[in-house]
Order: sequence, then structure tokens, then C-alpha cells
Amino acid sequence: MNYKLVFSTVLKVVKLESALMLLPLLTSLIFKESCFYDFLITMAVSFTLAHVIEKFIKPTSKYFYSKDGFITVALTWIIVSLIGAVPFVISGEIPSFIDAFFEMVSGFTTTGATILSDVENISKGLLMWRSFSHFIGGMGVLVFIMAITSKTTDRPIHILRAEMPGPMVSKLVPKSKDTAKILYLMYIVLTAVLVVMLLFGKMPLYDSLVHAFGTAGTGGFGIKNSSIGGYNDYIQWVIAIFMLLYGVNFNLYYFLIIKRTFSVLKSSELRTYIIIIATAVIAIFINIYPLYQNVYETIKISFFQVSSIITTTGYGTVDINSWPALSKTILLSLMFIGGCSGSTAGGIKISRFLLAFKKIKAELKKLLHPNTVSVIKLEGEKVDDDVISGLSAYFTLYFISFIALTLIVATNGLPFETTFSAVCSCFNNIGPIFGEGVQNFSCFNGFSKIILSITMLLGRLEIYPLLLAFIPSTWAKSKI
Amino acid sequence: MKVIISGCGKIGTAIIESLQKENHQIVAIDTNPEVLESISNRFDVLEVCGNGACYDVLMEAGADTADLFISVTSSDEFNMLSCFVAKKIGVKNTVARIRNSEYNTKSFNEVKQDLGINVTINPELLTAKSLFNILSLPSATNVETFSSNGTEMIELTIEENSKVVGVPLFELRKKHGFNFLVGVVEREGAVYIPKGSFTLSVGDKIGIFVQKTDEQSVLKSFGIEEKRIKSVMIIGASRISYYLSKLLLDSKRSVKIIDINEEKCLEYADKLPNATVVNGDGMAQELLIEEGVLDTDAFIALTGKDEQNVLSSIYSQSKDVKKTIAVIDRDEIIGVSKSLGLDTIISPKFLVADVLVRYARALESSKESKIETLYSLFEGKAEASEFKILSDFKHVDVPLKNLKINDQTLIAGIIRDRETIIPYGDDVFKVGDKVILITAGSTVYDLSDVIG
Repeated sequence: MNYKLVFSTVLKVVKLESALMLLPLLTSLIFKESCFYDFLITMAVSFTLAHVIEKFIKPTSKYFYSKDGFITVALTWIIVSLIGAVPFVISGEIPSFIDAFFEMVSGFTTTGATILSDVENISKGLLMWRSFSHFIGGMGVLVFIMAITSKTTDRPIHILRAEMPGPMVSKLVPKSKDTAKILYLMYIVLTAVLVVMLLFGKMPLYDSLVHAFGTAGTGGFGIKNSSIGGYNDYIQWVIAIFMLLYGVNFNLYYFLIIKRTFSVLKSSELRTYIIIIATAVIAIFINIYPLYQNVYETIKISFFQVSSIITTTGYGTVDINSWPALSKTILLSLMFIGGCSGSTAGGIKISRFLLAFKKIKAELKKLLHPNTVSVIKLEGEKVDDDVISGLSAYFTLYFISFIALTLIVATNGLPFETTFSAVCSCFNNIGPIFGEGVQNFSCFNGFSKIILSITMLLGRLEIYPLLLAFIPSTWAKSKI
Repeated sequence: MKVIISGCGKIGTAIIESLQKENHQIVAIDTNPEVLESISNRFDVLEVCGNGACYDVLMEAGADTADLFISVTSSDEFNMLSCFVAKKIGVKNTVARIRNSEYNTKSFNEVKQDLGINVTINPELLTAKSLFNILSLPSATNVETFSSNGTEMIELTIEENSKVVGVPLFELRKKHGFNFLVGVVEREGAVYIPKGSFTLSVGDKIGIFVQKTDEQSVLKSFGIEEKRIKSVMIIGASRISYYLSKLLLDSKRSVKIIDINEEKCLEYADKLPNATVVNGDGMAQELLIEEGVLDTDAFIALTGKDEQNVLSSIYSQSKDVKKTIAVIDRDEIIGVSKSLGLDTIISPKFLVADVLVRYARALESSKESKIETLYSLFEGKAEASEFKILSDFKHVDVPLKNLKINDQTLIAGIIRDRETIIPYGDDVFKVGDKVILITAGSTVYDLSDVIG
């Protein structure tokens, strides 16, 4: 493994992170908050340290393979969350480092799970940082680094593959760097549009930024205890629609820009996404209509909730704990499905389910006609057998990890519904938690919080990078 | 620049590798998804799976906005068709690999235009020409010709007992009237751009820049008596051997081709009536001795198998054949065979990649860079580039010795009014000159980057 190149890339990200802290720094300056100094200290220390250490490790060779890509991504995400947690701790607003780490992992992985019971009491600067981490983590830190720095390696594809969600990564243009630039540009423009739309709805600028970041990364951190519930209808609709937009594969937006509309219209993933949303909204509407007794209200609520859950954002407008079991179960299944691949949403991803169903169909056909030969296609292209077998491995790994993590968290002794929904929420990067009288994750002990933080990272990075980083033989020099 | 490469075989991959170093945006097309998978793991390119002559596939690859389309699949006709379609879609320049000698005729050149092909490339012919150049100067391991004005770079390996060992380069040049320049030295794998005080030692591989007319006298000053190669033994009947034999036979040398396949032997015996074609195993030493390997002047191994070429070349070298050349295509085997002592190795895919890099440079030079042409030397470890001195160049008419020139750079030649000057300290640049610059490690895009 090319340790020097891996570490120097990680250090670059640390420097970038301290630069990005300028935004919360400015926020706290504007609101005249004391956390200004906490950000300043964190920025200064982490930047200087990274800069000094970088001087000592000069990468001697540029070789970079799949393994290096996975490890770089895993290390980056852990270190970025560790550093991001520092301002919370030194400001004393989240005194426990484990809590602060949980909060930051939840931010970067765009989960939106929180341990804070009273968000409205936290400084605006810190809340801005928490939400901004959604924005950074949504499209990926390393993708950002790739877009802005000169090339560090000849084979950046391994980083793209490890950080971008979905079973297959397709580049938009020949160079990874240009692809990263285009993705970020579309991401930023879409977010700017959202901010303007929110400002139109008479939302204050600060609130607009925070909620735009939370929506863009499909994260879900808010600044009100009632999440989005306190804002007007217009804002709720805007956020609901934009959440869905961020759950679409970003490649499709690029196709729209370069006028390849037919690729968008023919996209089977997009169609499935829309069908699932429509079905879920209708089913929940029928199921919860008796609770609200108003057609418009019920449509608005069910649409918002479906949009929030399928894109794994986790914003809420009402308390869903009082909903009937059917609606809750529908929402729970949406959690596992998640958004489209290549979007900022979490979950298993629709394209994986599509491929899995096509494979199952082919297998059934094979049982009926043993000599039949079938080709599995996605978006009009033949899918390689390796991808299919990788897919079944991923599903297996996903559910094994899910069960194992639930078992570990269950040792905490909390009720089953709380434990199960916590793991489900973290693993799919959603955020909310179910259960009688449970509002947030502060009821878990320190150990469980660490496990849940790992769960969120596993979910965001789609298991493999982190898993590889924890396997000793990855690091052993004697083994290849 | 946006380049589309259709066909990712050995040659296609070598082209991708070279063009990627030049920072072009590359789209690779192939019908085999596994080949593309390995390409995407190695290079930062966009892959498109499909038929490179198909309109939809080319559109998906972005042919409407591409600057260069290169079709190097194994079929000539397919390459022609691909270029035709690509040109119709809007690619500005097209290159087709055309190997069949029947298409390499004058009359075909006119059809080429109608087919929308700008350049045809024939790897076998290129290789044959390069082999022929080496055979014309057998003491050199390689000969590279610059421009059309007859400047050459001769690659030599300094042998034991050579009289140039230990003499500073400047002294050497002074003694022989400054008609040559040692531009590149490769010592233990590393490449240096030598200064005047540099002394050569045994085992160094050097690149000497000379005018073609001075070639013999310069070699003499390096203590090398050049003997003309009169007979050549070629193992393996292939397109390369056909082109090479024709060149050799035209210059009145005798050629013997040995191949294990009887049908091939018959075919080439028919095509080359003046050559001796022998049906037999080129690996069998008995047969080689019987066919006169001990008396031949040159031995060229160009069967399709790299390993066989290495082994038979080693055998021939051990029999003191004056010149042994192995044609090898796989990178890893090139490395190994060098350490086994084979000094002259020719690799067709690098020859092709070089030509295309040069072509891409020329296309781009009209845009941003002032480079006219570029040659990669010593397997890409050093480069020679040609610049034109324009009126905005600051150091016109200043003697070279007064200029500050970057350490890793050397001025190897000034071409003025169709004459080549091998420069020394008192020479100056004039507007309209072409300058040959040698660099190690990096590519120079502008003269003023290295001269200040």
C-alpha cells in the first residue's frame, strides 16, 4: 500500500476542512457568539499540524490501487469527524467528546441523528457547522478535494468508486477531476436555487442556509425542536420537492444540461423512484386520513414524510409516533430502499433493488426453463456478471452487518423498537428514531454511541471501505 | 484536447498511456467490457462499450466535440469505416491503423481523403523502417531522425576499452571540431542531461546529436569503425519482416527469413522472390547454425512471441553476430531482457504511440503550445522538442554561453535556412530558427520557461 500518498491525501482533506470552518466562524462572528474562538483555535491547530506533518511525508510514488482508495476514504471520514467534533467540545456545548463525535459523524454521513434534546439552545455558529457538514458529506469530501486540487494520483477512479454511492460509478467526462467539478457545480447551483426559493418564503437567511444544507446533503439537521413543522406551507412544499430532487442520480441532471433528454426519460431507476414515491404517498394518505380529516393537509403531510424518508433526509413536520402501524411500516421499508445511486441519499439504493429483482426474475425463468440464457440490463446496458455477484455479496453483507450491529446495540438494554429503529436509522443515514417517549439518541450509553457512529459511517461509505480498514491483513506488510 | 480511441488492444493501450501523460481528455471505445474494465482501473479515461463504427456509440463517446479520433482495431476496413463515420459526425482529425500492404499504395491516398481519414498509421511499416535505420548504422542501438533537415540522434553504448572513457565531453568536442553533441546519458537506469565537464564511463548509454552527413566521422571520433551490414537473418515471417525485407533487398542486402509455419513460408517466398525463405524452427540452434547464423551480419528476432525473440536473440548475441535486434512488445519483458544484456530492442507499440503523441502535439501547437514536434527518447525518460523562435522571444542574438539555461535542459540543435547547427557557446538564436531542445523528466511547453 502507498502509505505516504494515502496519508498526504488525508492531510489535504484536514486542511480543506479547516478552511471550510470559515463559514461557521463567520456565522459566529456575525451573531457575536463565543464559539468564534473555538472555531478559530480548531482551525489554526488542525491546519498547522496538517501542514507540518505534510512536510514530513512526501509521497515518493504515484501508484494507487483499489485498496489505497478504500483506505484513504475510510481514514478521511473518521479523521474529518474527529476534528469536526472539537469545536463542540471546547465550547462546552456538547462536553462529552463521544457525543460530539456522534453528532459530527451524523453530520458528515448526512444522517441527521442527534443527541441534543434542545437544539434551540445551541450557538448558531455550531449549528451552522453541523448543517454545513451535511453539505460537505453529501457529495463527498474527497470528491471535493479531487475537484479543486491538481492531480495527486494517476488513478483517481479508485477514490471516486470508494466514496460515491451505488453499485457502479460512471464518469460524466473522461477526467475524474472534471467529473468531480461538474458534480459539485451542479450540487452548488441546485443548493443556491433552494436558498433563494426559501428566502422567497420569508425564511430568514440563516435558517435558509441551514435548511438548504440539510436538504442538499439529505441530512436532516434542523435548528428548531419541531424540525420543519414550525414553518409555513410554502416552505414545507419547497423542502419536500427539493429533497426528492437531491435523491435523483446527479448524472441525469448532467444529461439534461447536455440535452440528452432521452437518457433521462428512459432511466428505469428514475421511473422506479417516482413509482415508489407515488405508491407510498397514496397508501399513507389513505391510512392516515382519519387522523387529520383534511385532504390538503393529509396530502402535504404524507408527501413530505415520504420524501423525507425515501431520500433518507429525516426532516419531520408532525410526530409520526402516533401514526398507525401500516404507515410506519411503509416508512420503515422506504428507509431501506433509499434514493437513486449517484445521489446524496443513503439507503441500499434503488438501482441495487432493480438489479436484484431482475436477477431474481432471471433465476425464476431458469427454474422453469433450465436451458434459458438471460441477459440483465440496466439503463439499456448489459450489466456485468461481476456486478451481479458483487451485488448479492453486498446484500448479504448489508443484512449480516445490520443484525450484528443491532445485537451489539441491544446490549444497551433499551426497548426493541428503539434499538431496531436506531440502527436502521443510522445504517441508512436517515436520522429519526421511533419509540415511546424517545426523542433522540441521548438515551444510549457511550459504547452504543460509538457503535452507532460506526454504523453511520458504514452506511454512508457502503460498508466496504470501513470494513477493509478494520481488517488487520489490510495493514499487514507481509500479506499482499 | 479531446481524443477518442477505438480499439484497446496492445497498441490502443500504449496510445492511451502516452496521450494521458500529455493531459488529454481520452474516451476509450472497445467491444469487450473486460478490456475496458482493466483500462478504467489503470487510466483516468471514460470508457464506452460498443462498436466504434456505430453512430450511436460514437455519439455517446462525444465524437461531435472531439478533436481527434484514432481507430486502431485489428481490422483495416473497420478502422476506415469508423473514421468515415466519425468524420461525418464532426471529429476534426482522424487516424486509422491500416496494415494491409495492398492499401498502402499511391492510388489509395486519393481514396483516403474521401473516406475522411487524415492520417493512416501502419505499425508494421513503422517498425520495419525503424529496424532498417538501425541496420544502416549497426554500432548504434537506435537512430532517431529529427525534422526533415537531417539531424539525427544516435544512441550508443560505451564499451570497454573505448577511448572516450574519462575524457570530459567538452574536450572531446573541441578535439573534433564541435560537429556533435552528447545530449542524453543513461547511467544505471537514470537519465542525465550532461554538461561540458561530464565524463563518460563504461556501460553508459548515450544519445549523440549529429548531422546525417557527419555521422561516419563522428562515430570514428568515438573510436567506432562502422562496417556495412550485408546479410540479415530474420526469424519469423510477418508483415514487419515483409516490409523490412523489401527495404533491405532494395538496398542490395541479402535476406534470409526463417519461419516454422509452412504456409506462411510459401506465402512470403511468393511475395519476396529475392529473399531466401526457410521453413524451420527459429529456436532450434542446429538449424540456425546450418542456415549460417555464425556468418550473418545481423540477426532480427520478430516472431509473434516476445519470449522466443528474447531467447533467440540471446543465443545470437552469444555467437557474436554483429547486430542483434529483438522485437518485444510487453513492458515487463523489455525490462527483463535489458538486464539480460540485449541492447537493441524495438517495440512497435511505442513507435506508434510516439507518432501519435507527435501528431497530437502538432494539432495542439496551433492552439496554445509553441512546440512544433516532440520525440520521446530513451523509452520516454527524456524528450526532444522542436520550437520555432518567434519575434517575441527575448534572447535573440545573445550568445548561448551568456544565457541561463535550466539544468535539465540542453540545446541540441539550431536549424537555420535548412541547415543544422550543432551549437556551442558562441552560437546565437535568430528569429525564424528552429531549436531542438532536450529535457529530462518534464515536458517543456514554452522556450522562455527554461531559458532566462
